[in-house]
Order: sequence, then C-alpha cells, then structure tokens
Amino acid sequence: MKMSNSEKTANIVIYLIMFVMVLVVLYPMWYILIASFSGAAEVSAGNVILKVHDFNMGAYKRVFAMNGIAKAYFNTIFYTVFGTLLSISLTILGGYALSKSRLYGRRGLLLFITFTMWFNAGMMPTYLTYQTLNLVNTRMGILLCGAVSTFYVIIMRTCFEAIPDSMEESAKLDGANDFQILCSVYLPLAKPTIMTLVLYYMVSRWNGYFWSMILLKDDNLIPLQVVLKKLIVTMSGLYDNGSTNADTTQTSAETVVYATIVIAAAPMLLVYPFIQRFFAKGIMVGAVKG
Amino acid sequence: MSKTRTLRRLTSEEKKLKRYKLWQGIKRDKLLYIMLIPFVLYYILFFYMPMFGLQLAFKDYSPLRGIIGSQWVGMKHFVNFFTGPYAWRVIRNTFMINIYDLLINFTATIVVALMLNEVINKHIRSAIQTVIYMPHFVSTVVAAGMVVSLLSPSSGIINTILVKLGMEKIYFLAEPKYFRGIYTAMNGWQSIGFGTIIYTSAICAIDDSLYEAASIDGAGRLQKIIHITLPGIAMTITVMLIMKIGHMLSSSAESVLLLYQPITYETADVINTYVYREGLESANYSYSTAVGLFNGIVSFILVIGANKLSHKVNNAGLW
Repeated sequence: MKMSNSEKTANIVIYLIMFVMVLVVLYPMWYILIASFSGAAEVSAGNVILKVHDFNMGAYKRVFAMNGIAKAYFNTIFYTVFGTLLSISLTILGGYALSKSRLYGRRGLLLFITFTMWFNAGMMPTYLTYQTLNLVNTRMGILLCGAVSTFYVIIMRTCFEAIPDSMEESAKLDGANDFQILCSVYLPLAKPTIMTLVLYYMVSRWNGYFWSMILLKDDNLIPLQVVLKKLIVTMSGLYDNGSTNADTTQTSAETVVYATIVIAAAPMLLVYPFIQRFFAKGIMVGAVKG
Repeated sequence: MSKTRTLRRLTSEEKKLKRYKLWQGIKRDKLLYIMLIPFVLYYILFFYMPMFGLQLAFKDYSPLRGIIGSQWVGMKHFVNFFTGPYAWRVIRNTFMINIYDLLINFTATIVVALMLNEVINKHIRSAIQTVIYMPHFVSTVVAAGMVVSLLSPSSGIINTILVKLGMEKIYFLAEPKYFRGIYTAMNGWQSIGFGTIIYTSAICAIDDSLYEAASIDGAGRLQKIIHITLPGIAMTITVMLIMKIGHMLSSSAESVLLLYQPITYETADVINTYVYREGLESANYSYSTAVGLFNGIVSFILVIGANKLSHKVNNAGLW
C-alpha cells in the first residue's frame, strides 16, 4: 500500500516530536555525565556542551575521598535490600489472605486498608508515631517507613484472585496447608506480578529521600540521597555566592556535584534496561479492577 | 406472646449457628489469619496510630504530657491558620501547581502515548520507550540537583547559553515568576514518559477489528485516534485523573522542598511544605497537625468527589 502525502507528513511530524522528546529526556543526563568528567574551567567557560573537554577523574576522586560517601552507599544498599524484602513479604501475606473470598471479615479488612488510600493523617502525626515507637533515627524506622503500599497490596490481591480455585483445592486434597499452598502453588504462578512489585518497591527504596531526611539525624545512618541533597545545598551555596568558582582548573564544587549525581543515579539507570520488560507488562490494568 | 418467644428463640439459635460457622471458618482459615497478623499490625501502627494522633490538631501539644494528656484548645489552630497571612498563599500555590501539572503534564502524557502508538516501526518504538521511561528511575533529589545545576547563574549551561546569545544572566530559581514553570518542567521530565505505560497497555487492549472496520470505511489516522483509540482509553484516563486529583495535595511536597528557597515562597510554598516547616523546623506540632488535617480532609473530599463524578460521567470509577 502506498502512503498518501498527508500520511507521510503525519509520520514526519510524529517522528520529529518523538525525536525532540528523546533529546529532552537524554540531554540533561548526558550533560551531567560529560561535565562530571570534564575540567572545571572548561565547564564554567561553557565549552562543555556535546562532549567531554579536558578529561579527568578529579571530581570522582574528590567524591570518594569525602567522608561518608561509602557509608551512605552502604546504607542505601542496606535499606533497599532489606526494605524491599520486608515490603514484598507484607504485601504478599496481606494480598494472599485478602484474595480468599471465604475469609470471614474480608470486606471489613478491605475497607480497613483502602481507607488509608483516601485519607492520610499527615506529616506531623506520622512523625510523632515514629517518635512514640522509638523509631526516629534508627535503621528499623527507615525499613518500616512506607513499607506497605496499599495500592500494591490491591494489585497483589487481584493477581492472586485471578488464579483459579481448582489449583488450591487439588493442593488441599494432597494435604497441604494454606501456607504451603501459598508458597508452592501461588507464588510461582504470581511470579511476574511479584517481580514487578519488587522492582517498584526497590526503585522507591533506592530513590527515597523525604522520610530518611526527616527521621535520620545520625550521619552514620543516612542514605545516599540525603548526602547528595546536603552536598548540592553546600556546593550551590559556595558557587552562587561567587566565592569559589573553580577551586582548580580540573575540579570545582559543581563538577563534584555532577559526579555525585552520576554516582547516585547510575545503579538504577544501569539495571533499568534489564528490568524494563517487567515494568511494561501492563501491571496496572489489574489494579483498575480492584 | 408465644409467637414472639419462638421468634426470639429462633434468632438466638440462628445466632448460635452463625457463631458456630464463624468459629469453624476461623479455625479452617487460621493460617490465613496468622498471615494477616503482621500485615494488619503494620496498618494499625503506621496508618491508624497517626490518625489517633490527629487529636493534636485540637490540642496544645506538650511533650511532657504526651498526645492524650495535652490540653484541648478547640479550633484555635484552625482559626490561626485561616486568619494568618499564609493560608491563602499556600492554598493558592498548591492549587496552581497542580493545575499546571494537570493541564500540561497529564495531557502531555496522553498525547505522547497516542503518538507512540502511531510509531509503526516496532524497534524504533521500543527504543523510544526505553529512553522516555528512564527519568522515572532517577530520584527526585537527583532531578532537582540537575535542575539546580543546569540553571545555576554562575555556570549552569542555560545561563552560559544566554550569555553567549548576548542576553543577561537570569537566576531562575530565585525568581518567583519562574517557579511554577520550573516545577512543572521537572515533574514532566520525570513522569511523562513512564506515565505512558498505562495508556499504552490500554491501547493494546483495544480490539483490532475496530481499526480494520474503520479502515474499510475509509477512516484516516486522525479519525481512528478520535473515534476508536480515545474512547477506548477513556476509562483509563478517568481512573488516572481520579488518582491524580486524589493525590494532588500530597504529592508535590518533596519536589517543591528540593527546589524552593525563601525568596520564592511567594509562588512555591505549598500546604505540605508549610506543614513541614511549621512542624519539623519550628516545632509547632499542634498547629502543623491542624494544617495537615485540613489538607487531609480536602484530599478526602477530592477523591470521593472525583470518583462520584466519574461514576456519573463514565459509569465507571475506581471502586
């Protein structure tokens, strides 16, 4: 079939807009990346636009020489790994039990959890709750904070509900109890959804900032995002006052910030292409029914 | 007399039977209930205990007396908030920032999803998707850090370009008039691409035969989009809109907090950032709780209202 002229123009317009969109998404990241490897003098002169000028690793050396970066990195990994484990365990337990229509009190429990999607007590009462439970400035507090997303529980429940009851019945005849059925029948079948939720939880753990900033006072406990934020504030304070523009020709406050940004964002962006297919699997569709 | 007695006996027997059934059910499903214990405990501690703490909005919090022991003061904090100088400012800013976000980013997400669907080459399409989903994996701190760096007056790339073009440097983040635009752009950068996922999967679910029939009838591309694709995803759009409106008041705090500074409070300060400053920086616990409660109630009304409305318009809602 031959394309008409208007078809052709439509195609060109679409590709053009998409190209601009891709550019707008990529360029800021690209700029930060090349600037972090470039000489500070070149960066502030505005020469670094498309590629690295005066290549050097000075900014990275300074970041890693800084106190606390390694510790912050460790903390972020700790919170991400154990936090995600906690989150997904609670989500599976709740989602599974609530997927059984025979369960007494299910309607009430569902209302009990969905209500929290509609109404939130707000920042202060939540903070005071953490204080009452002695969770302020503890690792446990960060692990528990935001551990369960009601929305994901509902997705999990919808997924379990879609698995036919006959699977459960035949396992029951073999003498399996509910816990064994969950582990050996339901978990393997729900694996795609569970993987997707694990990834969602993981990303929000890795990138989480607000409550870590509020709940943690001890520098030994803070994750990377909080360190990065502190760094940006102090550094931008430095160069916006015009006091120190470039410490040397090779590194400056801002190239150090760029390097820290790269270090903080890189792990998620590097694993992302490999996990992308899980995200695209139309997982939300299930939630809409819930 | 005797009739009522039999009735009463029946009901009590029924009750017994019910209780027996319930007991049997609990016994049968005891493992499920055990699974629910940590889950429900989590909700009680971290969702409902804060709600219990909301009483502080009507009290003067004293750390020594605790939440329960503090003195009741009625509506004092609400009166203070609404007669104070900041109520109108933070309400207006919250509203405006969300209007910007809805008009620009929410619409853009749908438009981009529709366009993506029109990219016929599969490889190019998935390449585009891979790129535009990316910013979702960048944290708000990193995104804000990028914005601050790129807009920096001393050496940010934007100002460098402005100078090269012979224009004056602009300290974007210190000018109240630019704040909403910057916030919306940053939010859009982070969310538009990833937001298309849900619409893409909704478009996939549309029956192909509809498009074929339309082609036979001689419908062009645009006509197909208007008459088939858009109606096909109308449900999804409604649901997303409800969720967006429902989260309107709570979502913006983190990004604003990372971008604003006292000089831009005029247009930047939203309800939640105000709650944050009053509560955690100035330790006005009760006052902050009251403003937060106001925020929560308005949110609640918005979600319920949006859902009701969508039932009327679309015959479908979130629940």
